[in-house]
Amino acid sequence: MPALLEIRDLSIRFGGIAALSDVSFDIEEGHVAGLIGPNGAGKTTCFNCITRLYQPTSGRLAFAGDDLLRHAPHELAGKRIARTFQNVALFDRLSTLDNVMVGYHVRYARGAARLRSDDGGRRAALEALDYLGLGEHANRPVRSLPFGTRKMVELARALVARPRLLLLDEPASGLTTAEVAALADVVKRIAADYSATIVMVEHHMQLVMNVCDHVIVLASGRKIADGPPEAVQRDKGVIEAYLGTA
Amino acid sequence: MSGMRVNKYWSVAVLALLVLVLPRFVPSYAAFELTFVGAYAIGILGLVILTGTNGQISLGHGAFFGIGGYAVAILAQKLGVPFWASVPLAAIVSGILGLGLGLVALRLEGVYLALATFALAVATPSTLKHFKSLTGGSQGLAVPSLSPPGPLHGVITSEQWLYYVTWVIAGALFLLTSIALGGRLGRALRAIRDNEVAAISFGVNPQRYKTFAFGWSAAYAGIAGAIVAIATGFVSPDTYTVALSLALVTGAVLGGIDTLWGALLGGVIVEFLPLLVQKINPAAPSVVYGIALVLFMIFLPGGIARSIQAVIHPLRLRREIHHARS
Repeated sequence: MPALLEIRDLSIRFGGIAALSDVSFDIEEGHVAGLIGPNGAGKTTCFNCITRLYQPTSGRLAFAGDDLLRHAPHELAGKRIARTFQNVALFDRLSTLDNVMVGYHVRYARGAARLRSDDGGRRAALEALDYLGLGEHANRPVRSLPFGTRKMVELARALVARPRLLLLDEPASGLTTAEVAALADVVKRIAADYSATIVMVEHHMQLVMNVCDHVIVLASGRKIADGPPEAVQRDKGVIEAYLGTA
Repeated sequence: MSGMRVNKYWSVAVLALLVLVLPRFVPSYAAFELTFVGAYAIGILGLVILTGTNGQISLGHGAFFGIGGYAVAILAQKLGVPFWASVPLAAIVSGILGLGLGLVALRLEGVYLALATFALAVATPSTLKHFKSLTGGSQGLAVPSLSPPGPLHGVITSEQWLYYVTWVIAGALFLLTSIALGGRLGRALRAIRDNEVAAISFGVNPQRYKTFAFGWSAAYAGIAGAIVAIATGFVSPDTYTVALSLALVTGAVLGGIDTLWGALLGGVIVEFLPLLVQKINPAAPSVVYGIALVLFMIFLPGGIARSIQAVIHPLRLRREIHHARS
């Protein structure tokens, strides 16, 4: 059986800079995968290629056998790919509930029912908020919430889209130690309860080693390691990339 | 939650009753002025959709007013099309042209979009003058007035009849808009306004929604322009100047650009604020107008509608909490 997400020889250049060079890896369905690497390694660029916000210079991206490069960015949610953003990309003037309901956009029934069939969306959004323990914030303006809570609201919005592939861009950054511990739990629960395949870009090694089945390491736009967390942790190239060589 | 909804129905019902009985208690010219309020409110409602909800700026909506007005004039004068058909046609014509402008607007953002639409407003009068055979040049065209139907003949004046027709149209459009903006469509438009990349990532096609918003709001401006043309009895190029476009934006901002009530208040402002400043200082009304704008922006930056809500909301909340506890 082919992997859920297949990335082959992915390259992207910005002017003279190669942000990604011939990166290939597979994400198996049901896995929680970590995409790690030093700053500027190309992790978020890789996410942005998968979600079609960036147009790769060359390479192939297949999701469940479907060529992603043939689709516009707004079509991916309908293919059940959802994401969160590194710097929290919420709709600042909407309530928390409305923010999460945007995740339901592609799930509305077709036809005239769309004009006022908000009940399904509202129910799904409240469910997702409750699932993440955010129910009390539903009617608050989202910008009034603390940073860590806003990140969780982003996660709720992604869950409402009922993703088969969930991309988390640095979910732990800016969180308190307690919040990171809770996050590890949440990621594991989501993988099980939503049967979602998860890929996360993350700097927090403890979190990655704790929740990931599979780790891919990028450095300067190239893949330098790919395997189970224990193996990657011992990899000489990885240690050099993180610590530098003498 | 349900308490708030009941309140909303009540305020709409009171407003509808007020609209119904008002012509009985005010002089005829006041009904005439209130027709303009209704028309401007419809036009500004278009800006609430486009700018307030979707975040796209138009300083050129006066052009769509003109298109609506001229569409009604030409249809009535040259083709003998009756009112009930010409107003929807005016909406369709300006809606289609609005979609066209919307496609152009996809390539422009912020200040550049403001400038491009401003240029449209600037070009409107001379364009209308240019196509003499169709538009009557600088002379403009006469628009037949709307007489009340048979049974009401002699019971109400044609000014009063137009007043009622206008407010029924306005009521229908406000209702339609309220329903459409309250659901999936409105949420998608707001999502694009607040964060386009995030909206895209959740399946919102920004091109489609942004173009649609332009067409939708232009159709409203076209209807508003059609009503104003019928009320005035003629259309001429110098009605559709930059000043009209700016007055609409001003009304929208002062009324409250992201609420439907704001559009209604905006209609009142566009019609009455110039008259008011004229009274305060007949020598330099535009100076007073300008000062009024600055004061509004300093003290009520969210517009009047938002400021009223800001006062009412905490009171209502406190009452609800009190109810919940007792």
